[in-house]
Amino acid sequence: MIPAVFEYERAGFVDEAVELLGRDEEAKLLAGGHSLIPAMRLRFSRPSLLVDIGRLDDLRYVREHGDRIAIGALTRHADLVGDAMLREHCALIGEAAALIGDPQVRHRGTIGGSVAHGDPASDLGTILLTLDAEFVARGPGGERAIGAGAFFTGPFETALEHQEVLTEIRVPKTAGTYLKHVRRAHDWATVGAAAARVDGRVHVGLTSMGPTSLRARTVEDALADGATPADAAAHVAEDAMPPTDASASSEYRLHLAQVLVRRALERM
Amino acid sequence: MENLSLEGALTVTFVRSLLAHANIVDVDATAAEALPNVQVMTAADLDLGVFGPGFPDVNPSMGRPLLVVDRVRFVGDIIAIVISDDSATGADAAELVYVDYDQLPAVVSPHESAKDEALLFPEAGTNVATRAGSPEHDENLFDGCDVVVSGTFVSQRMAPCPLEARSAAAELGPDGRITAWLSTQTPHQDRTALAETLGLDPAQIRVVGLDVGGGFGAKTLNVEEVLVVWLARRLGRPVRWTETRSESMTALPHGRAASLEYTIGGTRDGKVLAYRLEVLQDCGAYASVGAVLPGLTGLMASGVYAIPRIEFESRSVVTNTTPVSAFRGAGRPEASQAIERAIDTFAAELGMDPAEVRRRNFIPTNAFPYTTASHAAYDSGDYEGALELALRSVGYDALRDEQRQRRERAATTQLGIGISCYVEITNGIAEIEFGEVEITRDGGAIVRTGSFSHGQGHETTFAMIAAERLGLPVEKVTVHKGDTDEVARGTGTYGSKSTQIGGAAARLAADDVLEVAKQLVGDYLEASPADIVLDPALGRLHVAGAHSLGISWADLALRASADGRLAELRAEHEFQAAAPTFPFGAHVAVVEVDTETGRVELRRLVAVDDAGTLINPLIAQGQVHGGIAAGVAQALYEDFVYDDDGNPLTGTFVGYAFPSSADLPSWEAVEMETPTPLNVLGAKGIGESGTIGATPAVHNAVVDALAPLGVRNVDLPANGENVWRALRKAKA
Amino acid sequence: MTSVALTVNGSRCEADVEPRQLLVYFLRDRLGLKGTNVGCDTTSCGACTVLVDDESVKSCTVFAVQADGSEVTTVEGLARGDALHPVQQAFHEQHALQCGYCTPGFVLATVSLLKENPNPSETEIREGLEGNLCRCTGYHNIVKAVQAAARAGA
Ligand SMILES: Cc1cc2nc3c(=O)[nH]c(=O)nc-3n(C[C@H](O)[C@H](O)[C@H](O)COP(=O)(O)OP(=O)(O)OC[C@H]3O[C@@H](n4cnc5c(N)ncnc54)[C@H](O)[C@@H]3O)c2cc1C
Ligand code: FES
Ligand code: FES
Repeated sequence: MIPAVFEYERAGFVDEAVELLGRDEEAKLLAGGHSLIPAMRLRFSRPSLLVDIGRLDDLRYVREHGDRIAIGALTRHADLVGDAMLREHCALIGEAAALIGDPQVRHRGTIGGSVAHGDPASDLGTILLTLDAEFVARGPGGERAIGAGAFFTGPFETALEHQEVLTEIRVPKTAGTYLKHVRRAHDWATVGAAAARVDGRVHVGLTSMGPTSLRARTVEDALADGATPADAAAHVAEDAMPPTDASASSEYRLHLAQVLVRRALERM
Repeated sequence: MENLSLEGALTVTFVRSLLAHANIVDVDATAAEALPNVQVMTAADLDLGVFGPGFPDVNPSMGRPLLVVDRVRFVGDIIAIVISDDSATGADAAELVYVDYDQLPAVVSPHESAKDEALLFPEAGTNVATRAGSPEHDENLFDGCDVVVSGTFVSQRMAPCPLEARSAAAELGPDGRITAWLSTQTPHQDRTALAETLGLDPAQIRVVGLDVGGGFGAKTLNVEEVLVVWLARRLGRPVRWTETRSESMTALPHGRAASLEYTIGGTRDGKVLAYRLEVLQDCGAYASVGAVLPGLTGLMASGVYAIPRIEFESRSVVTNTTPVSAFRGAGRPEASQAIERAIDTFAAELGMDPAEVRRRNFIPTNAFPYTTASHAAYDSGDYEGALELALRSVGYDALRDEQRQRRERAATTQLGIGISCYVEITNGIAEIEFGEVEITRDGGAIVRTGSFSHGQGHETTFAMIAAERLGLPVEKVTVHKGDTDEVARGTGTYGSKSTQIGGAAARLAADDVLEVAKQLVGDYLEASPADIVLDPALGRLHVAGAHSLGISWADLALRASADGRLAELRAEHEFQAAAPTFPFGAHVAVVEVDTETGRVELRRLVAVDDAGTLINPLIAQGQVHGGIAAGVAQALYEDFVYDDDGNPLTGTFVGYAFPSSADLPSWEAVEMETPTPLNVLGAKGIGESGTIGATPAVHNAVVDALAPLGVRNVDLPANGENVWRALRKAKA
Repeated sequence: MTSVALTVNGSRCEADVEPRQLLVYFLRDRLGLKGTNVGCDTTSCGACTVLVDDESVKSCTVFAVQADGSEVTTVEGLARGDALHPVQQAFHEQHALQCGYCTPGFVLATVSLLKENPNPSETEIREGLEGNLCRCTGYHNIVKAVQAAARAGA
């Protein structure tokens, strides 16, 4: 299928993108295009202006930022997979990026697009939420940082304002695990479960288990109270609202989430 | 197909129903027609009848209108046609055609449909399109059986998914003849059907089947192609249509969609005495090929076993879903899925090794030709030989040991071993196929065949057959097919019949050409044609016993064309086999099942497939590989599903779980050749065997893995969720 | 209309395109490079795979305007003169195609895979080609072809 008609502008730098977005309420940023273009092809999404930030290569990096790691929003999935700095300090991200879609998708898709899209099935979204990442956005009023807890506001919705460009994501140096259950190797997660140690506590995150990427707070509290992985995982149902769709029923998702959370915790 | 360049062609876009069942109140195309050069047509503009059902025993009122008149019956039914200059405008305009629907309750489940409460065709008075077998039960069928077990399963709805979606184009020539370029498996049959539907003389139509990206049974003439041809005539301009994938997922007919119920009975020592099979076939919204698939299921019900008493019954009903047609196997996979599950269930009940139960029930190798209690006359076979070869190749005993150890350890990941022994029918209605061989001016040959190739490699296989008979290098032989103006007659490619009849026709035509050539050589060398022989190694015809008195094909062709006699070096042959052939084989699948998540991983699949003599083993193996993948796709991955309102939930490649290379292992294909006496080549069909053998092997393997946990069946596809459900049920 | 300038199979080309024109249709309809196929509308099948700046990309999910300034390689750009590219040669020899519709996409995905991993294991090959679907071959001979191409140093 062919997308509906739109106008196209390429931004040479972030502030230009911010300004271009200001021109049109129905404008959208275009990064890797691997969430947006499929939606436009099926005409689920019909922006009237696309502001292409795909060439902002200075937002394509992984570097140390104090005691954290900073990742540029336009860093592509394939970059994350091979990145040595991440492998050393936050291996979870590269490991999860390797599970996204297929090689062609990983060559184009970006970490910024992955979270800005607000897809509850985003693997990186769940991981960044679990890691309590910090999202840096630039808008007409300048730059602000948004905590992961406040970032994911609803299905395909985030705390980003219309004119804001996500520029950087900061994560702690830590270890963790991500388990993804798929019907087929290249599929989106039927369920994903992340576990990571952050500030001395074990965080647990879930993919495709509700309207957004989720934190399983009840599970986390049980763990903090000394529950075994199996006992803690049994609380998943209290934290999730899994959907039913072509890839699984909500009941099966709940069951899977329990198994995956337990297994992820056992690996910690 | 899309690569065909047609100067000035208009683009066709179909406006399709978004509801499964509704009356059409109004269609408003004003906004669409306001776009540049856009024209919209509906049923009111059409002067054509109904398409199908096309089978005498099928309820005639369940055919498909070419454009819906007042009622849509599935998501994807065609309401209007948009004609535009290009496809982007076509898509824009199609969105602007407003359809006012009056929604009706959708009948999605065939079981609901069979109750005849809500009717799709009120004038028919029923949802039943046809029945087969006998509705009468023999109360004594299971007499003398120590053990009787039964089970049900659904051979789920599959989308054929040829990687190239359909395309069609048509152009009216200055002579008033119409040329249709179709992505089809059956150009000649399509010409006949087009002529009938459009009320034309077949001579007025030329059908050209172009390079087609896969068919798998689904690519035969359908309403879309008829409409494209009709439009080209009506508009006097060339027109073209290319389906999008999302369109194809609901518009191209589906396959399978049969609910099966089996009962099997026999003695404690493993001898099967009686078998009963009932099928409820879902035809989708309109009755066509799908309605008659159970006929093949019934015919093949006995599988490879000598079962004294068999009862079969089927009903085919319409539902508000995509119409069902043939898909790789078409009616035969359902039969082998049922009997192979039945045998395993029976073996489990007896506590006997499933391989042993099979051995005790095979039709013995010395019993052929053999007619089953379900009335199939098998030509040749060695079922036990195939099973033993498969078991040896897989290392059956060692696998059972590994399985035992895992069971003893109560390992989370259990091992399952599944066997399927199958027989299938190819060239099922013993059709005629056309072949022609012509010697060309340069001493090569052209083979014209009525078969069609869309990836089966007939170009190579048929060239090999003719080259071998004529003693020509294979590069000197070209195969022409698919153009009804060039190839006089033909049936096309389906039912795995091409090599055995199309190939045989080509070989017989080559033999005929050789006979004419001997006449000619006899004339030239002043010898009796009876004394002329072919030296196949050199491609020379010479007088028997006198090598030097001879002439090569090249020289013969040169001389004949100088004499104006080249046209004599041409022969047609129509071949009809006396009966169908019955390829068979044994597949063994090895799976690992995670008993917590339900995830199944297919570790190995050993396939022994015997399709008689293989002309080109490389191509035959390719057919087996692809067939196995389709069979495994049904066993573990694919399922076309609808919600309760008849909306497709798997209408794209994202939702529909078409497996990739990462989801499948390499196949271990083992060859075995038991020639058929029914054609000169000794060849049977190979295109569908892999599919028929693989599904039950994998299905049985998954159930086998879970047997110690009390599982007796897993719904297809045996994916994580269905395994989990089976485990939960077993625990309850 | 937006103007683009890109290099396709080594030749530079400039054109005005509608922003909504996908790269695959630009290649097929504007440049007449019909080797790149379209098999789906959900970025699932990989039939449209080309190389953009030496990496495999699904050209149905990139607008032509995004490829401005890039180097694109399609299946037509692989052969060196009369000689097939080693990956094409391997596909041919291993009978890795039946209907052939998926083949150009597989060949380019393989070129990209072998560039990133010249000696892949069978699992790495299967996972490396997970973005390409084939309905005919059951993948068996495709995997063999990739192994053969790797051995040949493609
Ligand atoms: C076949 C296929 C399979 C996939 N499988 C998976 C999978 O398994 N797991 C998974 O997690 N993802 C999967 N994806 C999605 C993929 O990871 C996408 O690339 C990603 O979700 C979006 O990144 P993008 O750069 O392509 O974003 P785009 O598509 O360009 O943009 C997506 C949205 O984010 C906005 N946006 C993008 N960048 C910014 C920014 N810097 N600031 C503000 N807003 C921005 C855009 O305006 C748009 O609304 C798959 C995609 C495809 C096509
Ligand atoms: S056409 Fe591009 S992925 Fe299918
Ligand atoms: S060869 Fe036909 S789809 Fe791959």
